[in-house]
Amino acid sequence: MATATAHLVVDRVSRSFGELKANDGVSLHVAHGSIHAVLGENGAGKTTLMNILYGLYQPDEGRILVGGREVAIDSPRMALRHGIGMVHQHFMLVAPLTVTENVILGLRGGLGLDLKAHTARLRDLSRSFGFDVDPSEPVWRLPMGSQQRVEILKLLYRDADILILDEPTSVLTPSEVGPFLDLLRRLRSGGKTILLITHKLEEVMAVADRVTVMRAGRVVAELDTAATSPRELARLMVGRDVVFEVERTEAVLGAPMLEIEDLVVRSERGLDAVDRVSLAVRAGEILGVAGVDGNGQNELAEAIAGLRAPAAGRIRIAGRDVTQASAAERLHEHGLGYVPEDRQRTGLVLDNTIAANIMLRDYRRAPFARHGLLDFRAARDYAARLVKAYDVRLQSIDQQARYLSGGNQQKVILAREIERGPRVLVVCQPCKGLDVGAIEFVQQTLLEQRRRGVAILYISTELEHILMACDRIAVIARGRITGMLMPAEATAERLGLLMAGSAAAH
Amino acid sequence: MLEAIRLLYAMKSVWAILCALLVGAIVIRAGGSDPLAAYAALFRGAFFEYHGIATTLVKMSPLLLAGLSVVLPLRAGLFNIGAEGQIYLGALFATLAALYLPPLPGWLHILVCSLAGAIGGGLWALIPAYLKAWHNINEVIVTLLMNYIGINLISYAVSGPMMEEGAPYPYSAEIREELWLPHILPRTDAHLGVVIGVGLAVLIYFVLQRTSIGFSINTVGRNPEAARYAGMSVRRHIVWTLVAGGALAGLAGTYEVLGLKYRLFHMFSAGYGYDGIVVAFLSGSHPLYAILAALFLGGLRSGANIMQRAVGVPTTVVDTIEGLVVIFVATSLAFRFEQSRWASLWRRRKEMDAALAGRGQQGSP
Amino acid sequence: MIDILTDPGLLADFLATSLRLSVPVIFAALGGVLSERSGVYNIGLEGMIIAGAFGAAVGGYFAGTPFVGLAVGIGFGLLCALLLAVLGVSLGVNQIVAGIAINVLMLGLTDFLSRIVFHGQGNTMHLDGFMPVAIPGLADIPVVGPVLFRQDLLVYVMYALVALTYWVMFHTRWGLNIRAVGENPRAADTAGISVPRLRYACVLASGGLAGLGGCYLVLSQIFLFSEHMSAGKGFIALAAVILGRWSPLGALLACLLFGVCDALQLRLQFANPEVPYQAFVILPYAVSILALIGLVGKPTPPAAVGLHYQRESK
Repeated sequence: MATATAHLVVDRVSRSFGELKANDGVSLHVAHGSIHAVLGENGAGKTTLMNILYGLYQPDEGRILVGGREVAIDSPRMALRHGIGMVHQHFMLVAPLTVTENVILGLRGGLGLDLKAHTARLRDLSRSFGFDVDPSEPVWRLPMGSQQRVEILKLLYRDADILILDEPTSVLTPSEVGPFLDLLRRLRSGGKTILLITHKLEEVMAVADRVTVMRAGRVVAELDTAATSPRELARLMVGRDVVFEVERTEAVLGAPMLEIEDLVVRSERGLDAVDRVSLAVRAGEILGVAGVDGNGQNELAEAIAGLRAPAAGRIRIAGRDVTQASAAERLHEHGLGYVPEDRQRTGLVLDNTIAANIMLRDYRRAPFARHGLLDFRAARDYAARLVKAYDVRLQSIDQQARYLSGGNQQKVILAREIERGPRVLVVCQPCKGLDVGAIEFVQQTLLEQRRRGVAILYISTELEHILMACDRIAVIARGRITGMLMPAEATAERLGLLMAGSAAAH
Repeated sequence: MLEAIRLLYAMKSVWAILCALLVGAIVIRAGGSDPLAAYAALFRGAFFEYHGIATTLVKMSPLLLAGLSVVLPLRAGLFNIGAEGQIYLGALFATLAALYLPPLPGWLHILVCSLAGAIGGGLWALIPAYLKAWHNINEVIVTLLMNYIGINLISYAVSGPMMEEGAPYPYSAEIREELWLPHILPRTDAHLGVVIGVGLAVLIYFVLQRTSIGFSINTVGRNPEAARYAGMSVRRHIVWTLVAGGALAGLAGTYEVLGLKYRLFHMFSAGYGYDGIVVAFLSGSHPLYAILAALFLGGLRSGANIMQRAVGVPTTVVDTIEGLVVIFVATSLAFRFEQSRWASLWRRRKEMDAALAGRGQQGSP
Repeated sequence: MIDILTDPGLLADFLATSLRLSVPVIFAALGGVLSERSGVYNIGLEGMIIAGAFGAAVGGYFAGTPFVGLAVGIGFGLLCALLLAVLGVSLGVNQIVAGIAINVLMLGLTDFLSRIVFHGQGNTMHLDGFMPVAIPGLADIPVVGPVLFRQDLLVYVMYALVALTYWVMFHTRWGLNIRAVGENPRAADTAGISVPRLRYACVLASGGLAGLGGCYLVLSQIFLFSEHMSAGKGFIALAAVILGRWSPLGALLACLLFGVCDALQLRLQFANPEVPYQAFVILPYAVSILALIGLVGKPTPPAAVGLHYQRESK
């Protein structure tokens, strides 16, 4: 495609963060009035590229052209001046302010606020694109889907004609995705150019005109979607034929090790995040819990781990009631290992050394401590052993955990939880943000534990990972288990319907 | 060469103090005096003359204890701005124990008074601790407000019920001589309080570095979420570290009474609580460096009097220097070696060394 | 004591005193509201007040007119605030430590300099200040009239500034930006608002306002400079910001309450020495703590206050 006719051109842009080269000579050609997808796995460099386009980061090399002219985008305001607007994955909304106030935030104009006029105009705009948003509502009261529409309204209100959307469907249920893609088509007919960042192949094929595939910071291909297939895109994204199978032995099931009965857990807002969930995981089994992010998975995991008190229900480990037990008791006396979702905020203390992190949960016990005094030699020996066994790449066990890559950090956490010999393991999003090699390692490790008779509860939003590893799959939607499937029955439609809350799929 | 630059960065607190002294010199010059003579008088007096050293140690006692009262909670991520009020409450409890408990053998009674003072300060910190732990109310504001309540409580006590008969201004009765802390330098005011302070500093350092409790306190301060995950009760840590901090400040007040004034005076603390924050800040939350910081600050205050007598420069210039020191040290913190371009150069060098030596990056020896 | 309630003349006197005592605190509290709403703790208000007072004395003394004193006083307040802004906003230094440093520095520096500049006459000089000016008509309203409308220029300026701050905060684009920056600086940044520039503006404004409070002490109330004359008003202002729920009007009401308590305790010291006046000194602080707990209204500080914002954070 000739550079002259493209609406937006990215020309050999590079950007590094310390040692990591997030974008390496990336080029992109986006045509007017098209939907252009940027496809890649986590860590491929998509978000960095978009943040550069939106002025939050500056490229180290390369240039950007809008409408054929080279531009320097050094701030979001500058980006908007060139008609580029971005909807981030994590919304940039100020919670206590109303929709109108959020939309007009940052608009140039007179000193006065003129709320009435803006509200009226917003109502019209909202209606014309089929949004369903009341501009006078404070934003914190709106559901996720509506908040997303507020974000888009912000851009439309500023006459942005290049809209960058970063993983927009990650917060939507499958039933909301369809209408969202329709919205994109309406925007395209309205003359807008859309840059869609995603790792979901089906969306790309459904709605995009062209797709650029990125891998490890580089562009691997730029194609018309009409001229390609999901399988080819997957191969380009990952670099090899995606193997959706991992070697699994027959499950040898033992007694139920983790039993959850009618569990009710409240979220911070006081709503029932977990609404009477009952599950049982047997020794030697991996039970998956699949669902869209934000349907109660975090609250469920924290309640089982003992970090959040349930409002009702019982939790049993190896037959013993642990509902009143503290997190420490569940860990030490009942053998419950827990790999939290947020490895950097919860699972590790980044400022501590790796050795200190490995003894994080056992800091009061032998061999790490005797009579309250720490035994540093024992801690380091143990850490050295673990690091070797789990092939953790680092410079020394005395370096701070923040300098490890995501995959290695996850290995440290896994090593710590598994080496204690738990009876039950609860893992949350264990493969989030990991490269393919690390994912394989994690899945194999979990399968090995399964072989040894550990009962594993595997909570994740990534369907492929769950399908790879689990013996049975429970689907959670709005805090309830809407269905329980065997992997063979878990087709995309079945899962999609269950995740949207329809129990009728059974 | 890079190693030398790294060292320069590591010494940035020293540069900061020198800068502060430089600006202070300008201020002294503006006042019409000779800065060199002034500084000479100040430092010689504070650290090299017998009575000056004694005064330094006298001032160091409350400064060190107040500094520790800020350092300990700070390790758990909490700001104890309420040391001033805790000092007063500690002094109050200690004086009450000294005056109104049945007389016990000297050393035992001193111990009881210390305990009372620690309890007094600890109780005063309990309220903000509870509010923070159970209601997540910012402890900065609450401890700040409690200061004024505490100061005025003692003001009421010594101008009313506890006031000595016929006193010209508010102070309590004098405590009996058996309860006076022993002096560590003969014929001076320097008392045991500073030794107790140093001992506590060492103890706290040991606990923080080498015990499980210290590990948990540090973890709570670095990452409260991970601390919960590790099975630590964040609430209990908040309460205990703040109360312990209050107890330390209470001891600061206690030893001002038992060691120096032998009475409870209205407004006896010359802002030691706030100076404690300065000490904690200068020490980088390190109990052992707090000893040095308290020594430095105590020396400044002690030397100030000598300087005024010798050269005529008012003692308030020392407040100015103290403020400047904090500002310069705070500014120097922004210059971190890791963020500078020297650091990436240094890292690349290290990697090259490792590659050349043929060492892999995996695991550890 | 009861006589202030029965005799309208005494009541008016009492209220007028209360108002005058609260004026410097109101100025500082307005500054505190602006600063904290934008996300920056200003613990250094005390230092800014004394700096403003010193500046007012210096300007008034050497130029002979209070207006120069006013300009210099506000200027000194702005300089202190600039220091806080550089440390807290640009360099990412802990805002509380920076504020305390400014307090210590200013209290000491003004003490030291005042001896030199005024040659030890600080406590005996008498500066030309602002005299009370009655507003015709309004000043004749019974009880309230003399209290509110027979005050000096700076008090009228204070009324105007309270109204102005309120209007700016809730009815202008600037106010919207300030509120956004204090709640979610990342969102504001993405919307194209310069977070550091806005915070600088708010912190500088708070310094100017606190300096104005110091000017009032010297030019309208005591007519001289004495060391530490700010007497903790900067900290009371912080309490008022909390009690007033980070709103200009709320802070005003809180300061007036503190003023009443202050006037009461002063009166008690002379009229009824048997009653512990300290109770009334303690009262405002205790009430503020209750306010924090939520017993006196629900407190919601700006979500991002005290946190350093950095754009390119990986």
